[in-house]
Amino acid sequence: MRVALFVACVDDAMFPGTGRAVTSLLERLGHEVVFPADQTCCGQLHWTTGYRREAAGLARRFAGVFAGAGGTVVTPSASCAAAVRSSYRSIARAAGDPGLERAAAGLEVYELTEFLVDVLGVTDVGARFPHRVTYQPTCHAARALRVGDRPLRLLRAVKDLELVELPAGEECCGFGGAFAVKNADVSVAMVADKVRHVRDTGADVVCALDNACLAHIGGALSRLRAGVRTAHLAEILASTGDPS
Amino acid sequence: MTSAAGGPDPHAGFGIGALLGLVNGQQGSAARRRRAEGKPVVPRFAEAAREALADAGARHELAESAAAARERTAAAVSELPDWEALRAAGAAIRDRALLDLDVHLETFEQAVADAGGTVHWARDASAARRIVASLVRDAGDGEVAVADGPVLRETGLAGSLAARGLAVLDASGPEGRDRVRAARVAVTGADFLVADSGTVLLLEADGAARACLTLPETLVCVAGLDRVVPEWEDMEVLLQLLPRAGRGDRLSPQVSAWSGAVPGDGPGEVHVVLVDNGRARILADEVGREALRCIGCGACSAVCPVYERVGERPFDPRGTGRSGPIGAVWTPLARGVDRAPEASLPFASTLCGACADVCPVKIDIPGLLVHLRGEVVDARRHRPVPTPELAVMRGVAWTMADARRFETATGSGARWARLLSRGGRIRRLPGLLGRWTEARDLTAPPAEPFRAWWRRRAPSRRSTK
Repeated sequence: MRVALFVACVDDAMFPGTGRAVTSLLERLGHEVVFPADQTCCGQLHWTTGYRREAAGLARRFAGVFAGAGGTVVTPSASCAAAVRSSYRSIARAAGDPGLERAAAGLEVYELTEFLVDVLGVTDVGARFPHRVTYQPTCHAARALRVGDRPLRLLRAVKDLELVELPAGEECCGFGGAFAVKNADVSVAMVADKVRHVRDTGADVVCALDNACLAHIGGALSRLRAGVRTAHLAEILASTGDPS
Repeated sequence: MTSAAGGPDPHAGFGIGALLGLVNGQQGSAARRRRAEGKPVVPRFAEAAREALADAGARHELAESAAAARERTAAAVSELPDWEALRAAGAAIRDRALLDLDVHLETFEQAVADAGGTVHWARDASAARRIVASLVRDAGDGEVAVADGPVLRETGLAGSLAARGLAVLDASGPEGRDRVRAARVAVTGADFLVADSGTVLLLEADGAARACLTLPETLVCVAGLDRVVPEWEDMEVLLQLLPRAGRGDRLSPQVSAWSGAVPGDGPGEVHVVLVDNGRARILADEVGREALRCIGCGACSAVCPVYERVGERPFDPRGTGRSGPIGAVWTPLARGVDRAPEASLPFASTLCGACADVCPVKIDIPGLLVHLRGEVVDARRHRPVPTPELAVMRGVAWTMADARRFETATGSGARWARLLSRGGRIRRLPGLLGRWTEARDLTAPPAEPFRAWWRRRAPSRRSTK
């Protein structure tokens, strides 16, 4: 099957390993991956920070680029998938742009684990990852997309991976986009608790479906020299040995 | 996020200098002046939150009570297999009430009059205080029993009655009930108003207000005009939703309902004061009006990770008693976003969505917060000099409008970031982006962004659109 890969702008610039992992994973499963080169940003940051005019411009652009690419869109970013699937309707309404609302409704966008489990019907993707891993259900994955246990089912099928549950996992890590700087004190208080829970699991690796949240958690772990690293779930699923 | 990766792109027309203003760009000079003059300042959320976070004891208590409340309500909710259907019904009932609010309020007023009571209309908090004070004076001998509640706190009623020289007896106090017996007039809040029967409902945990409803000669009930429902059957759903979502109770321990005045049974004179105080303004906002569905259960606060850490005060800069996530939407909707404290509230959230999941009337609080952020930003667009944040966000949008510009910005941002990094980590960012690196490192961006890798790996696909 032909898949149009949407790599979030943050992932493109800061975490290119995630896009590479999705590409190699989907190709390993026998699918054709294309990367529409005109893609940039879905507009989520502008929308959630209150810049609706700018968000509408970016949403129109995104809808145009991916309508042109045709077929199924897959992204490793849960929050960007949620932005396109649910916020675009609000963006279009705020902008009084029914054309954008129709264009957004016509896009078929999946977050990676939804695509693997629901569309391809696989949970064992042939990965091997010999580490103790905990999974952070990020807010957009858990509550906007409701991916549920899909990520866990995929992780359980990874060879040599020891999965440990993260206590209070569904509580927000405190990132929240601009919140992390606008309300830095509260944000830091939240991530401090998240990091404490992560360390309590004794995991080597904490994974999630959003690199922005992982940058927040990982930034705090790194500052504390906690010896726990972060990895996008796609990187674990793409792995066939020890990537360290 | 994006702005961090944007960097000092020469094409984008914005850079680190603009980013430095990202946080303090909204600092009001009026607030600074008042502070310098030693005058009281209504704090913005971030300032009040910082103070609250410093109180470690209070933080611990908040976390414990929030965890206990979450457990209790989760248990009460999971008992009902039709909870989701009840929530949908609750939302529909409240929407139906709000759709023809004026009609239902007129029906209510007529029904109260038919039952021998009187309805009064208060445009704002000061009108409510004036009306209630004059009703109390007309009725009594200077002593008034007051059963505190949300609308009374919102309008500052108890304090204002005391300030007008009336002896206010707190019905919820330990000695309250005996002294209330002696009072000839009582003031209470109200949770719901039923239009077709003119009924006022009051839900309580402890029965403090119940004595006020039966013993005094004159009863004054103060209610938000949003709390009307068309008919009695609507209460069937709301009386299930409110106690379970709010306190984790199967039923409200005390439910009082009365319609007008009945000779020889309870107060001979009944007044209902309907308070607007910004509610009509909320109703006029086509997106924001959803907030008026609120039935005041407090479930959103109990699950809010921000509230759990900072408590009530930062969410309620003017002490109106409406706090937590719903307060962060209600207050700016009711009062507008022209002033800094109100304008800061919609940003007091990570948009994690926990509140929307538990709201018994399905208010999309994160959606309303985003809507209000848009209102705040739009109000600032008209300033003669753009805020630094507006300049940055426009710059980012312009950069993102073209894939080549984006790649150029990514490259120059990465070069800057690598200058600041050591061992692949940035431990200190300049200026106000330093708020990130106060407690969090940043991974240095890699030399090769994804799209460059894609081209290198698959040159034939370069033209893929």
